[in-house]
Amino acid sequence: MEFTTQHFIALLPLLITSATVVLVMLAIAWKRNHTLTFGLSVLGLNLALLSLLPALGVTPIEVTPLLLVDKFACYYMALVLAATLACVTLTHAYLGGESGKGYPGNREELYLLMLLSAAGGLVLVSAQHLAGLFIGLELLSVPTYGMIAYAFFNKRSLEAGIKYMVLSAAGSAFLLFGMALLYAESGNLTFAGIGAKLAADGLPSMLAQLGVGMMLIGLSFKLSLVPFHLWTPDVYEGAPAPVAAFLATASKVAVFAVLLRLYQMSPATAGGWLNELLTLIAIASIIFGNLLALLQNNLKRLLGYSSIAHFGYLLVALIASKGLAVEAVGVYLATYVLTSLGAFGVITLMSTPYSGRDADALYEYRGLFWRRPYLTAVLTVMMLSLAGIPLTAGFIGKFYVVAAGVQSQQWWLLAALVIGSAIGVFYYLRVMVTLFMVEPNLRRHDAPLHWGQQAGGVMLLFVALLAFFLGVYPQPLLELVQQASLVALLP
Amino acid sequence: MILPWLILIPFIGGLLCWQCERFGNILPRWIALLTMALLFGLSLWLWATGDFSLAPAPGAAPQWAAEFQLPWIERFGISVHLALDGLSVLMISLTGLLGVLSVLCSWNEIQNRVGFFHLNLMWILGGVVGVFLAVDLFLFFFFWEMMLVPMYFLIALWGHSGSDGKTRITAATKFFIFTQASGLIMLLAILGLVFVHFDQTGVLTFNYADLLNTKMAAGTEYILMLGFFIAFAVKFPVVPFHSWLPDAHAQAPTAGSVDLAGILLKTAAYGLMRFALPLFPNASAEFAPIAQWLGVFAIIYGALLSFAQTDIKRLVAYSSVSHMGFVLIAIYSASEIALQGAVVQMLAHGLSAAALFILCGQLYERLHTRDMREMGGIWARMPWLPALSLFFAAAALGLPGTGNFVGEFLILIGSFQSAPWVTVVAATGLVFGSVYSLIMIHRAYFGPAKADTALPGLQLRELSMVLGLAVLLILLGVYPQPVLDTSAASMQGVQQWLGSALNQPVPAR
Repeated sequence: MEFTTQHFIALLPLLITSATVVLVMLAIAWKRNHTLTFGLSVLGLNLALLSLLPALGVTPIEVTPLLLVDKFACYYMALVLAATLACVTLTHAYLGGESGKGYPGNREELYLLMLLSAAGGLVLVSAQHLAGLFIGLELLSVPTYGMIAYAFFNKRSLEAGIKYMVLSAAGSAFLLFGMALLYAESGNLTFAGIGAKLAADGLPSMLAQLGVGMMLIGLSFKLSLVPFHLWTPDVYEGAPAPVAAFLATASKVAVFAVLLRLYQMSPATAGGWLNELLTLIAIASIIFGNLLALLQNNLKRLLGYSSIAHFGYLLVALIASKGLAVEAVGVYLATYVLTSLGAFGVITLMSTPYSGRDADALYEYRGLFWRRPYLTAVLTVMMLSLAGIPLTAGFIGKFYVVAAGVQSQQWWLLAALVIGSAIGVFYYLRVMVTLFMVEPNLRRHDAPLHWGQQAGGVMLLFVALLAFFLGVYPQPLLELVQQASLVALLP
Repeated sequence: MILPWLILIPFIGGLLCWQCERFGNILPRWIALLTMALLFGLSLWLWATGDFSLAPAPGAAPQWAAEFQLPWIERFGISVHLALDGLSVLMISLTGLLGVLSVLCSWNEIQNRVGFFHLNLMWILGGVVGVFLAVDLFLFFFFWEMMLVPMYFLIALWGHSGSDGKTRITAATKFFIFTQASGLIMLLAILGLVFVHFDQTGVLTFNYADLLNTKMAAGTEYILMLGFFIAFAVKFPVVPFHSWLPDAHAQAPTAGSVDLAGILLKTAAYGLMRFALPLFPNASAEFAPIAQWLGVFAIIYGALLSFAQTDIKRLVAYSSVSHMGFVLIAIYSASEIALQGAVVQMLAHGLSAAALFILCGQLYERLHTRDMREMGGIWARMPWLPALSLFFAAAALGLPGTGNFVGEFLILIGSFQSAPWVTVVAATGLVFGSVYSLIMIHRAYFGPAKADTALPGLQLRELSMVLGLAVLLILLGVYPQPVLDTSAASMQGVQQWLGSALNQPVPAR
């Protein structure tokens, strides 16, 4: 195919991100400078975000058979880029300034890995072809192995990195096998092509169902849905806090976006046992995620389990798949990203600068309100948002998901959702009330005194205000998401 | 234009209290007091000037004494739609009054984080006013859930630990989970109703007036009605769902108990009258006998458990369960007299329970215990308080001359026609009521004294609060006509909805 300017414009976000990767790499080779690297990354990401505006003008456009840049892709690109930007900001605070304090090893490569991973996310959300999906997914995952094990002299971090690598590779293997089966059945690798072929056959054959099932398993690994969730708490705990934030936000958003596109464009699960399987996975994720989170005394593990439950809620919208579903996923993911960034951001700032281990034990947050009122306010808003209480963005997301579920009458899933959120409230409240408990003699971990003046702190306050604002007046977000509907661009 | 201000005033006042904490502990209290006085004053002004013959009734578009509408989330047809009728203005006035009292009664009790405390207090009241005004179902749910968070903080941070080792955090969490989970069920029902309406008309809306005309299959209507009923039953509380109430009451600070018993329970009754019955009249008519027997059970069970308590606040809490049972019977009786009685009963119970909790709080400040086994003989040790307690205990058992008598009498006389057996059994609740009320007085104030030192007497602030409540309660008992006039049109509407459904032959399913 011939490349025109339009194609380049549509690809601009990806191109800019990739160029930033190269530039950052060269800059590191030339001179190691933490601030410079950070500055370059932020600049690149901001440019990439800005370049979405011209890209929106040419959508929907097919760029090579692999990628389809439509409004849907642009919306999720924006989410991925914004989440990465926030994570980069947090990383800068976390690794420490120029003085001796902070992370002892080489700091600059973390940015490189994060940018690479973000580029993978950009590919993934615009993939319309199984090859594109795989390229994107691996580009997203492989750098994260390095990021999780970045504090490699810390045993937990290394262990988490290796664990994630092994399980992620296993997931990829399932995914590849599934793709091969689908190709064998339909002779086509584009989402729409597979969908058309399967629809033409009437009921999908056993082979095709098996293929889709295996792909679902592969993606479930990445999304940490029960029963493929076993890596999540360990990895969340072991990974450095900003990396965990990246994992919970940018990485999961991208994978869920491609799952949604796949699910919407190739209706291979329609009417088969696969839908029941997915329903079971959703119910199990909601119930087990919430139940296991009850027992945690480590904030990062708790957030890990809660993310399992939240992706269970998202599956409700995915399974509903009609009416509001695509919008519901868009809104829910946006609010979830916002909330996770806030929660992990607080953990990051509490652990800033890096000092061997993160401040993630719940007891370290006792009475935080009396020492760090603004940080506590942020975390409180985030916990309320995760629990889906009105006045926070999380409520709007949950409302949307419930609406999508009611519209397509998924009563079992909704029952699980109600039970799940009732359990969920318990541990979110536990975290919240811990923050306010009076504990005068415990002052071990404090966020730096001027945290509000640092970029990370400012970003965090912004996130909290945004979460509040969207909870009170969600109309702008809803309009944005409504625009970002999927376009079925048939070949 | 005044309606949104009724909601905004407490919210803004709360923020001011929080920020003014840095200037000392006194300023937040005064700001809170002024805020609540303003709210109370506004509601009284509305009451005095409004035309409350306008109220929603079946067959026509709902009419309101005052209305306010502003688009909010257009995607779902959600608007900030507030409206006022006789029932809401009474409830808001009660909220304002109890708001003033709850600020006053925590004047000495709360000493740490005064600003944050008042922020929570104001926000609860703001949320409650929102519940009483909202006629958009999303907005209603929004306020319904929103008032939980500050209440949770109020119990968890400023509460007392329980007498049997239960912590205040457990109690607060229990309260939160019960109400939140039931609220979600209501959300499901709301969305179910909205989508049924959407399927019929193609219009996505959460507006009360539009949803009133939804036609539903009998089965659907019944299930959706149950969704609403469960949420309201938890808050009410109807007996199988009541177990959060005594814990929350016992552990809450005085202001929390006052708000909880005085206003929060009333939101459930209000919700039934405003939403559950008019939206689902046929299903409600079918469900009415079950609801009424649940009410009877609550009356007797609440009274018996109340009798068995040793913690004085738990005793009052269980008596609330019992009193709210009367309201439940009245709501489902489809008799205008009984419904009017329910309104009076709600006001009277709001006043008398608030007063009893305030008295318990004052007692606790002096004795540092709520255990009645540790009390006894207080009558001899201090003036005023025991006598006033006796008055309110008598009011709670329905002594003629107090508002509670008017309420219970109207409820019983009104429901007798449609449900004689329910009424007969419910009337025995009055006997049990006198048993637990008098036993409380007996255990706490009479009998052998545990110590013979005199206790500090009531300050002017404390005395005037309780005396004021006593005067209001007597006024309500002697001359309830203004209240009855105000709520007449609203109750007539509710009666017509349920009455016409009851008189229809039961649809075959």
